[in-house]
Amino acid sequence: MVYQNKTQMITKMNHVSVFVLNQDSAYDFYVNKLGFKVNTDAAMGPGMRWLTVCPPEQPELEISLMAISEGMMFDSLAAQQMRELVQRGTFGFGVFECDDLIATYEELKAKGVEFTKTPTKEFYGFEALFKDDSGNWFSLGEKKS
Amino acid sequence: MVDFQYCNERAIARNNQIKADIYIQMIERLPKIYLYRRLVQAKLFIDKNYHEAIDLNDIADEAYFSKFHFIRQFKNIYGKTPHQYLIKVRIENASLLLKKNIPVADVCYAVGFDSITSFSALFKKVTSCSPANYQQAELKRQNEMRQSPLKFIPSCFAGEKEWLQKRNFQ
Repeated sequence: MVYQNKTQMITKMNHVSVFVLNQDSAYDFYVNKLGFKVNTDAAMGPGMRWLTVCPPEQPELEISLMAISEGMMFDSLAAQQMRELVQRGTFGFGVFECDDLIATYEELKAKGVEFTKTPTKEFYGFEALFKDDSGNWFSLGEKKS
Repeated sequence: MVDFQYCNERAIARNNQIKADIYIQMIERLPKIYLYRRLVQAKLFIDKNYHEAIDLNDIADEAYFSKFHFIRQFKNIYGKTPHQYLIKVRIENASLLLKKNIPVADVCYAVGFDSITSFSALFKKVTSCSPANYQQAELKRQNEMRQSPLKFIPSCFAGEKEWLQKRNFQ
């Protein structure tokens, strides 16, 4: 039998959801400010829109910007609770990477992105924290060379 | 017995050391930050004015650099010379316009190129696809997205969350 270098287990993550208060405003934030590329923008009918964006150098990872609204994934109570939690900055959805943190920080700051931590040397790397337009926070780290 | 004077001297010395460290950090950081800000401003200038006839001398002047110093510093941060970066931004914006079904010739001039031949060649070099073919493929994909959006959505979301039942799409 020919040996194939394949593992019959999970190999990759290709979709991840970020819950946002408003998809139009999230589009502006992720595309025009962060510079992400729109992958799919499909209208599903009133109030339902499948919107995914990818980091510029990672087209295989789609970040789905999910509207927190009743009827999609939430009932009305859950939607209301989720909106409050997101707004309060409860959720941190991940760590983004850039080549030069100071340059990226200065650019995003010039574009009006809110940083909750300026670039700081930590024992695990050079890092800053920012918030998206909904209140979700992300870490932004410099690629280790 | 605690030697208060000794402790006090140690504390002052430590405090002075911290002040000195911060001062050195500031001296080292300040010029670098200003340099960065000027380069970031130059990059944002290109992002905003890519469709104009941009003269790199003007950007260098505005950023208070000599032209060669500017090009070198810019490449240091962005991995591309300002000119290469300008081409990249023009091509990216061209692909966005092509997706909107704007004719290739119009797109070429709208993003700041003045020869269709060189635009097409550059576009193909960057995307390995001619502008016309790229446009065709994108329009086809958009059409499909309109007609059967569920093809583009992982079925776990569409199915489990009852999008299927609630919508008339298939």
